[in-house]
Amino acid sequence: MKKLSMSIASIAVGLLALSGCGQGGSPDAPAEGGGETKTAPEYTVNESADVADSKTWQAAKDAGELKVGVKFDQPGLGNVKAGSKTPEGFDIEIAKMVGAELGFKPDQLKFTETVSANREPFLQQGNVDMVVATYTINDERKKVVDFAGPYYVAGQDLLVATDSDIAGPEDLAGKKVCSVDGSTPAQNIEEKYKDAQLVTYDTYSKCVTDLQSGSVDAVTTDDAILRGYAAQFEGEFKVVGKPFTEEPYGVGLPKDDKALRDAVNDALQKGMDDGKWKEAFEYSLGSADGVKMPEIDRY
Amino acid sequence: MDFPELLRLFGSGIWGTLKLFTVALIGSFVLGTILAGMRVSPTPVLRIAASTYINVVRNTPLTLVMFFCAFGLPFLDIRFGASSSFNSFVYATIALTAYTACFVAETLKSGIATIPVGQAEAARAVGLTFGQTLNEVILPQAFRTVIPPLGSVIIAMLKNTSIASAFNNRELISAMRNAIELRGDLVIAILFGTALAYLLLALILGRVFDYLERKLVILR
Repeated sequence: MKKLSMSIASIAVGLLALSGCGQGGSPDAPAEGGGETKTAPEYTVNESADVADSKTWQAAKDAGELKVGVKFDQPGLGNVKAGSKTPEGFDIEIAKMVGAELGFKPDQLKFTETVSANREPFLQQGNVDMVVATYTINDERKKVVDFAGPYYVAGQDLLVATDSDIAGPEDLAGKKVCSVDGSTPAQNIEEKYKDAQLVTYDTYSKCVTDLQSGSVDAVTTDDAILRGYAAQFEGEFKVVGKPFTEEPYGVGLPKDDKALRDAVNDALQKGMDDGKWKEAFEYSLGSADGVKMPEIDRY
Repeated sequence: MDFPELLRLFGSGIWGTLKLFTVALIGSFVLGTILAGMRVSPTPVLRIAASTYINVVRNTPLTLVMFFCAFGLPFLDIRFGASSSFNSFVYATIALTAYTACFVAETLKSGIATIPVGQAEAARAVGLTFGQTLNEVILPQAFRTVIPPLGSVIIAMLKNTSIASAFNNRELISAMRNAIELRGDLVIAILFGTALAYLLLALILGRVFDYLERKLVILR
């Protein structure tokens, strides 16, 4: 009898553990972009694409697939829905748009998960041919990888409850603000807004759970990511809408492949000019009103 | 962000790791000793309570234990201070203590088992209580016997502090993430640097236990 009750107890503990995991993961469900079903933008594949000067492109063409590193855990940008295997979001659309222009059909794109710590090594070692993963262009990174774009200029913003009176970073004094451990937004809060209490976890979904329960007053990171959460929890959260930094997102490419960089820049420019960029934005992040398309920096 | 600044970043990370480690070390020795005492006590209730606790907590991954502490305790309105960083520090040390104490207790129990039963019987025969027997006769010898395996348990705990960064604590792993975010061109070097920092701490700890072993251990 003692043994039986012991095993029942341990099963109960196990179930508890499982339900804990489920809750931790569920806020990662993707943005529905307002709820109505939208049709995915279609990109015409440029069959005549030829970037033979680029070793990366030639190898990808020969293999019949382009390996793209994306994030799997950022709603609205690069996110894998619970139960789904393919990622979706603005980064994914950008990758498809660029891929089509380089002569790759959507099903020829192979998406690999990259996290902040392995984007540079993956590009250097050839595990991926390009990275579209909320990848901020900066000079340190330019030493080891090349950037095309930017395709979007994000800015650090705040996600708060709909009835919150926080209207900008200066209102954060004494408030609890959550971000991801070691990320640039977390460092900004630590350095520039010392009066705010910074809370850090390993994922944004834990921050959002805390915001829901009221344990923190705001979640801070790039506005594009916050838009995704705001769309997912419509009526509950809002984005303050006063970005206080500039984070130009670029397409990461292997170092010293100028032909490929030019081709990707051309593809991005074409997408912005013919409206595909806007379509992709509205499909994954909601209304593009007031959102400016960035100038491509061909350094 | 140049080299001295990176070093400063890692310095503050090591300080965070050491704070977590020190508090959890003291906590897990105290709790572990109590648990080991309960496991060999003549009272069945204490024995069963201790072994149930050890079986449940020791067989749960530390990440989950910390999840329960960091999100479960505030849910039950158990808080230790006004600032969230202090609270999170306490939650993380509670989780580390609760988890490591099981291993300390099991190690100590094996030390207790090496002491001939005759000693305990003799102690009881001259009129010592159970508590006195444990404190004056058994545990001092048991501790000295198990210094080498305790060293391994403590080094494992040092490395386990790395999980705390996922629950609002700043330590070496946070410093590493920070550094990677700032210097994307040095990712591999930063990873090696972090490993080196842990290695350094663990080697120092190993030397301390070597010293204690030479001074204190009883060979039979």
